[in-house]
Amino acid sequence: MAYIEARGLRKAFGRKVVLDGVNLRVNEGRIVGLIGPNGAGKTTALNAILGLTPYEGELKVLGREPWAARDRLMREVCFMADVAVLPRWIHVSQVLDYVEGVHPRFDRAKAEAFLARTTIGHDSTVRTLSKGMVTQLHLAIVMSIDVRLLVLDEPTLGLDLLFRKQFYDSLIGDYFDGSRTILLTTHQVEEVQHMLTDVMFIDRGRIIFDSSMAEVEARYREVAVHPEQLAAARALGPVYEREGIGRSILLFDGVDRQRLVGLGEVRTPSLADLFVAVVGGRARLEAGAVG
Amino acid sequence: MSRPDISIMWQLYWSVRRELWENRSILVAPAAVGVLIIIGSAISAFRLPGRMNALDPSQHHEVIEQPYEFAALLLMFITLVIAFYYCLEAFQSERRDRSILFWKSLPVSDHTTVVAKACVPLLILPLVTFAATVVTHVFMLLFGSAWRVVPVLPMWTGLFFHLVAGHGLWYAPFYGWLLLVSAWARRAPLLWATLPLLALGLVERIAFNTSHFAFLLLSRFAGAPAEARVANPMSMTTAAPMQFLNSPGFWLGLAFYVACLAAAAHLRRERGPVS
Repeated sequence: MAYIEARGLRKAFGRKVVLDGVNLRVNEGRIVGLIGPNGAGKTTALNAILGLTPYEGELKVLGREPWAARDRLMREVCFMADVAVLPRWIHVSQVLDYVEGVHPRFDRAKAEAFLARTTIGHDSTVRTLSKGMVTQLHLAIVMSIDVRLLVLDEPTLGLDLLFRKQFYDSLIGDYFDGSRTILLTTHQVEEVQHMLTDVMFIDRGRIIFDSSMAEVEARYREVAVHPEQLAAARALGPVYEREGIGRSILLFDGVDRQRLVGLGEVRTPSLADLFVAVVGGRARLEAGAVG
Repeated sequence: MSRPDISIMWQLYWSVRRELWENRSILVAPAAVGVLIIIGSAISAFRLPGRMNALDPSQHHEVIEQPYEFAALLLMFITLVIAFYYCLEAFQSERRDRSILFWKSLPVSDHTTVVAKACVPLLILPLVTFAATVVTHVFMLLFGSAWRVVPVLPMWTGLFFHLVAGHGLWYAPFYGWLLLVSAWARRAPLLWATLPLLALGLVERIAFNTSHFAFLLLSRFAGAPAEARVANPMSMTTAAPMQFLNSPGFWLGLAFYVACLAAAAHLRRERGPVS
């Protein structure tokens, strides 16, 4: 079942087009990474999906139109936009009281259990917590809300490595159960690569790449090529080439592993490198079309 | 585990509590002023017998009753200032500290949020003022042993009516306007709330050489009409609840208030953090 389905999603602020006909489909039980540079339209796309901003085009989230029914949608969708959006004045016990008061799917006992694993005290205010602790608190709340779709927009921005690792570990260990879907954006692509089931690249308001991770692993190979074999490697038609230390690193799309092993060390490319290759490839295509 | 649906009234209840958590001055300031008045009256209670002896017995009532009136007025003034300040800030702080993104991640509609915020100046603050005044009065009565002299019940009935009608309902259009500006303005809500009104009055003055708009504002601000007032705070003598409820001014003000709230809800739906 499609949890999110967008067709021709468009959004402009004045003359600036931020979403330029986005088509995407996110199914049940997936962990999808939406990856793109700053200003590519990631946050705007998420805001449209969450009913925070009006848009043109077709968009259904869990069968509803988000802009028309944000409050209904939020019973089944949860989101963490950014770190530290919890108000600084609120007490830990107050935020639990409030969410319990307004959210039919919040399980307070569960949230208390998550918090017991942290050093966050019930009577502290958010103001006195560190950035990492505020994120822990928010995550404890979010993980105790039984929803089908969780949207995370840069949930670990500005946190140190330990908190970031903890964050994704509890998300996968305690929350993800195979029927929920998580859609997330992050700049620390390497840290989430192993947990994603799907990946989408967004650039200048368009989805330019949309694939399952299994497919990425089957299709793309990166080879650190010895200088003497560079010509042979180039003959196989790499989609992207960059300089490593003493080696050229070539990215191949759909070239059989057996033909590559002789050229150097073969591995699955990182999403960051794949992103650069895909965006770079498009730039070449566009330049070629113009010329 | 999921519970059955949560009713809108229950969400509204928690949203109002949320407002009181964030704006602690709503409860703390009247309480603090009340305590100061109580301390003051405790001190003056020692001096009262001496002062009474120096007075003509016909003036006794006045001397005894005046502090009660003064206490009520002081509390009214404080909570009115809080009400105006609250309205201007109501939709600003959540956008400034980005917490609007947290509130909007919960299944509470913008309408519920706006109604919760609108309840504060219209209902909560008049009721808090009433409660604080009554408690203060009770202590003053104890210190002054004035139970027999001060007409307690008519005084409090009159006060209650004046607060709900005069401070809550009659000022509703001001609260509505301030809430609307608060939801609309990206920053400096005080300027946006006042300058356009001044400009409108000025344009009217220049174009038509009249001051209807300024007069309208001032007469509204000067306070509730006689029907919602209690000429002597010690009684309900001039108050006429039915007449007040039947006056067009009251209903027009309320209609303007509701229109402002609807516009504020519409605006909050589109608004995100101010960055």
